[in-house]
Amino acid sequence: MRVIGSIGDWFEHRLQLAAPIRDAVEHPVPRNTASWWYVFGSAALIVFCLQLATGILLALVYVPSADEAWSSLQTLNYQVAFGWFVRALHGWGSNFMVAIVLIHMVQVFLFGAYKYPRELTWIVGVFLLLTTLGMAFTGQIMRFDQDAYWGLGIGASIASRVPVAGPAIVSLMLGGPIIAGATLSRFFTLHVFVVPGTLIVLVCLHVLMVLKLGINEWPMPGRLVRRATYERDYHELTRTAGAPFVPYAVVKDVFFAAFILLAVGACAWYFGPFGPTGRPDPTIIQTVPKPDYFFLWMYALLSLLPPSLETPALLIGPVVAIAALLLLPFLSGEGEKSWKRRPIAVLTVTLIAMTLGTFTHLASYAPWSPHMNAWSADPVPERLLRGSTALQRQGALVFQAKQCRNCHALGDGGGERGPALDQVAVRLTQDQLIRQVIQGGGNMPAYGKNLSPAETTALVAFLGTLHPANQAPARDASRELMLGTTGTEARADAPR
Amino acid sequence: MSNETGFGRRALFMKIGMLVNGAVATALAVPIVQFLMSSVTRGRADGYLSWVSIGRVSDFPEGETRLATFRNPYETPTDGKTADTACWVRRIEGDQFQVFAVNCAHLGCPVRWFPQSGLFMCPCHGGAYYRDGSRASGPPERGLFEYPIKIEDGVLTIQAGELPTPGPNAALATEKPPCA
Repeated sequence: MRVIGSIGDWFEHRLQLAAPIRDAVEHPVPRNTASWWYVFGSAALIVFCLQLATGILLALVYVPSADEAWSSLQTLNYQVAFGWFVRALHGWGSNFMVAIVLIHMVQVFLFGAYKYPRELTWIVGVFLLLTTLGMAFTGQIMRFDQDAYWGLGIGASIASRVPVAGPAIVSLMLGGPIIAGATLSRFFTLHVFVVPGTLIVLVCLHVLMVLKLGINEWPMPGRLVRRATYERDYHELTRTAGAPFVPYAVVKDVFFAAFILLAVGACAWYFGPFGPTGRPDPTIIQTVPKPDYFFLWMYALLSLLPPSLETPALLIGPVVAIAALLLLPFLSGEGEKSWKRRPIAVLTVTLIAMTLGTFTHLASYAPWSPHMNAWSADPVPERLLRGSTALQRQGALVFQAKQCRNCHALGDGGGERGPALDQVAVRLTQDQLIRQVIQGGGNMPAYGKNLSPAETTALVAFLGTLHPANQAPARDASRELMLGTTGTEARADAPR
Repeated sequence: MSNETGFGRRALFMKIGMLVNGAVATALAVPIVQFLMSSVTRGRADGYLSWVSIGRVSDFPEGETRLATFRNPYETPTDGKTADTACWVRRIEGDQFQVFAVNCAHLGCPVRWFPQSGLFMCPCHGGAYYRDGSRASGPPERGLFEYPIKIEDGVLTIQAGELPTPGPNAALATEKPPCA
């Protein structure tokens, strides 16, 4: 025991760290901050440590070469003992980290913790969010599969839209003229050196400021923040109603850390690693690239924006969003902290969460994308063909063979890009159907050049049957009046 | 004494020292910045583009659109499969060709050709193009990218070498869809 003590003294004489560590550990925090709401910051840090450790482990086997990265992931998945598990830990760790950082940010926002004097803590936090997302995006590229390859193409296409500098930014980003060896090398550098290095420095600053300025007290409705009095009040609070950070407040962090690590481990064990999907071979074009979940909302946004708004939204949107986050503590640095008296703050969070949630949900089934195999894979429902004529059946064949099904659903199968056609005959008359098929419009291509008159006649005859049994198809009343009626059903309905 | 006022010998040496460091840093920065920007400067100065053969004219039946592949003219030893590139070759008739990049003009996903409906469809955000590459529907602001072509001794060559991206003027290149 005495030996250990003297060894400790030897180090302490040289390092002189005992006093500052004791200060940090024992600094008093308001008692009411020992809450389950205050565990997300430390949880993010714990998951980041997990990412550092598993990242280093993966780098023992991973080869950052466009030619071999994909194969080295196969090695990790199938040849190295528990290689799949370490990959899964790293992948799930990244998902958890993005989620926890977002939850932490929402909590800090709703608790008014960004207000005086913690403005800089918030600003560093915004950059921590950006670097975390940077890690997530570059990490997705490390997988270097088809999703990563085409994801880079999407990134390059977005970057190319920057006025004037666009092409130069693309070359700089790809490290050459195409997505190839140099591209993976530079994203490896970003993912393994540049971004994590920045992240470590920012985390240190962030934690340092939390220690120096104290943990945000539990917000009480009506207790306003004022520059002149806040710090005095806070010290008074910690003096009268404070408790040492360790062990009083840290206990919940410790348990939550264990819970989160267990959750990451359980997901990794149960669901396994992400991918890799197909080999990054640009000549294999039978692929449907999709981003990881934290960027799905962007994937949806890019599909749903009108073309004319897309470039401005892509280039100006992020700048405005980041600027708003950075300016927040300066715009509302004082005043009410409690969410109970900040309805706009609560509404803003709800609105953003609902928007992101909706976009993410939409992106999970991507109704805007044609179903590339629907025309050959989804049969025409039998009930639609019962009692149909030869011409109508021929029309159903045209409907499938010309890939109409890729964008239009019948029954349960088919794309959702265009409207479902189960009841199209109720909405459009024969003439309108012919016009729509031949000339397209309303975001539908024109098929005039690819349909013979006979095919068009058959197709429209089939589409004309698509109406509920108890509802007559649409008819052109003015035409009937001028030219007399055609077709038996119309004649039955026509006014005499 | 004069040290405290900032005009003494030491203060002067300090300033000269900073100046020398600044000069050395600038001298080092020149090659380092050039190194960092090499992918940009090479692209602009020498150009990445060159003519590559994608097959004999007779390989492509008239009136059809086929997928062809070529090795990117600029490559590095670690590129592996990624330097292989695909393109859609449309032989209209005789020596009339159109060669399209597979990359969608919206955000670069690979478009697929459907001969039955005469459309290129993109799996990502639902862009569609007619057989001549012009925009049919969806988010793209222009038609498919076309490679310049040349036919020499019955061999079809295209000028390629750079990933086609929509660029800042995507909206300006809008083509009107042909009246069907």
